[in-house]
Amino acid sequence: MDLMKDYKMNNSELQNLIGSWFPNPEADKISKIVTTSETEEGSEEDAKVQEPINPSLLEFTEEASEFLNITVQPEQLHSLMSQLKSNEKTCFDYLYCLTGMDWGVELGVIYHLESIDLLHNIVVKVKTANRENPTLDSVYDIWRTAEFHEMEVFDFFGIKFNNHPNLKRLFLTPDWDGYPLRKDYVDEANMIIK
Amino acid sequence: MRPISYRDCERNITLEPGTQNMKPETINNNFKTEEYFVNMGPQHPAAHGVLRLILTIDGEIIKNVEPDLGYIHRSIEKMCERDSYQQIVHLTDRMDYLSSHINNEAVCLTVEKALEIEVSERVKVIRTIISELTRIASHCLWWGVMGMDVGALTTYFYGFRDREMINDIFEETCGARLTMNYNIPGGLMFDIHPNFVKRTKDFITHFKTKLPEYDRLLTGNVIFQKRTKGVGVLTKEDAISFGTSGPVARGSGFANDVRKRHHYSAYDRVDFKEALFTEGDSFARYQVRIMEMWEAMKIIEQLIDTIPEGDIKTPTNAVIKLPKGEYYQRVETARGELGVYINSTGTKNPYRLKFRSPGFSNLSVLDHITKGAKIGDLVATMASFDFVIPDIDR
Repeated sequence: MDLMKDYKMNNSELQNLIGSWFPNPEADKISKIVTTSETEEGSEEDAKVQEPINPSLLEFTEEASEFLNITVQPEQLHSLMSQLKSNEKTCFDYLYCLTGMDWGVELGVIYHLESIDLLHNIVVKVKTANRENPTLDSVYDIWRTAEFHEMEVFDFFGIKFNNHPNLKRLFLTPDWDGYPLRKDYVDEANMIIK
Repeated sequence: MRPISYRDCERNITLEPGTQNMKPETINNNFKTEEYFVNMGPQHPAAHGVLRLILTIDGEIIKNVEPDLGYIHRSIEKMCERDSYQQIVHLTDRMDYLSSHINNEAVCLTVEKALEIEVSERVKVIRTIISELTRIASHCLWWGVMGMDVGALTTYFYGFRDREMINDIFEETCGARLTMNYNIPGGLMFDIHPNFVKRTKDFITHFKTKLPEYDRLLTGNVIFQKRTKGVGVLTKEDAISFGTSGPVARGSGFANDVRKRHHYSAYDRVDFKEALFTEGDSFARYQVRIMEMWEAMKIIEQLIDTIPEGDIKTPTNAVIKLPKGEYYQRVETARGELGVYINSTGTKNPYRLKFRSPGFSNLSVLDHITKGAKIGDLVATMASFDFVIPDIDR
C-alpha cells in the first residue's frame, strides 16, 4: 500500500495530465495572436481585455468541493471516461456514485470516480441544456454499475443514454407522467410544497 | 399403441406408434423445452421485503433475472429537498433500517464537514461503539435469515436471541430499538445511559461464547456448505466494475472497507482486520460477515473502557444553512458503502441530495452471477447478499 502511495497523483497533477488529453484548438490560435500583437504597440491593453484561455476543452475546478471537478462537453464524455479508466496513471476503476442533477437550466450527471489501487478521487460533470430531449452517452461499457444507475437517472430526470442496453423506468410505472426529481416537476396529489 | 405413462415422461421419452420394440438409441426425444417467465415476489419470503424479480427460466435453469423495483419507493431524495438538515437525519432511518444509526451518522458527518464543525472525542467514540453494535445486530439478523433461506430454521431463533440484547442496550440509551435517531448534526441527542458501558461489556462477554455456537450450528454444516460453496461466484473484476461494496465485495477479494480507506469517527485509532476472502461465492460472503462480527467486538473492546470525557453536542444554529458547495461523505454500513452527496446553494434545504446506497449497486450484479444457476441457488445467493429493500428503493 505504501508503494502505491508514490503513484497517487494530487489534484494539480491530475489536472495537467487529463487536460493534456483534450487540447483546446482555440487556445493555440489565440496565444499566437497575443504573441504577434505583443510586437506591436498597445499590447498591454490587449492583454488586459484578453481573458485567460483554457488550454483544454475540459473545465477544472476545486472550488467548493473536496475533489477535483471536471466539466466535460457531452461529445467528449465517452472518450474521456474510457481514458480515465484505461490510462495506467489515472486508473479510475471504481465508479462509486452516479448522480442525476437538475441545475435549473441544464440537466446532467455527476460521476464520482475512485482508483482502488492509486487511491485518488475525481468528479466528472456533464451538462446538457436540452430539456426536451436530453441525451448523453452511456458509460455502461466502461463500468457495469452504470447500467442500473443510468436507469435510475432516466427514471427521475428523463435523461436518455445512448447505447444503454435496457433503458426503462426502474422505480416508477412505465406510464408515469413526467420526471419527479426535476425542479419544474409538479404533482399536486403527492407533493407538499411549502 | 399404449397410452404414454408417467414412467415414460420420467424417462423423458415419447413413444410413437410402432416404437415399442425399437432399440433405445433410435427413440427420439420429442420433449421440447421452452423459456417462460416467473414472478419471484413482490411478496416472496426469500426477498425479505417487497422486491420483485422477473425470472426467465428454462425448466429449473435461470436465463435472466430482471429486478422490478419501486414497491417501497418513497422518493426520500425529493423529500430531502423540502426538509431541513435536522429532519433529513430522521428520514435516513427508513432506508437501511438495520443500520439506522450508521445512516444517521452519514448525514451528520456530511453536515459537520460542510459546517467545519469538529465534534468532541467523546461523540466520535460513542458513535463508533454504537455503529459496531449496529453492525453486530444487523449481521445477527442476517445470519438467522440466511440459515432460514437455505432451510435451517433454528438459526433464526439464535440470531434473534442475541440481537435482542443489543436492542435492549439501544432502547436504554436512545429510547428506540430500531430507528434510533441518536445522532444529530453536531453530536448526539443525549448522553449515554449510565448502564451503557456495563451492559455492552456484558453483551460482549455473552456473545463471545455464542458466536462459536453459530459456527458449530451452521458454518460446519455439510448441507449448508453444499448449498453455498461455489454458488453465485463473483470475480474481483466484476465486483469492482459493478460497484459492489461491503461484505459482497470483500467476499471477492475487493478490499474496499470505508472504515480502513477513508477514516471517519474513531476508526483511525482502533486496530482491526478487514475481513477479506477471495473465493467470491456465497460461502465467502458468509465468512466475511462472521469475521466482521468478531472484528466489531474487537473494536468495541478497544473503545468501551476509555470513552473520553467531553461535550456530547457542539452547538449549531437552530436553522442550519450549509455554505454553497458540494459535499460527499462515505460510511460503511452493515451492507457496504453508503455515500451522501449534498449540493447546497446556501439555503436551509439541500438543492440536491443523493444517497448512494450499497444495496442498489449490489443488486445490479445479481443477474450477472445467477445466469445459468438453479432457482434454489438464486435464493442462497440472495441470502448471502443480505438485501434490505427500503435501502434499494429509498
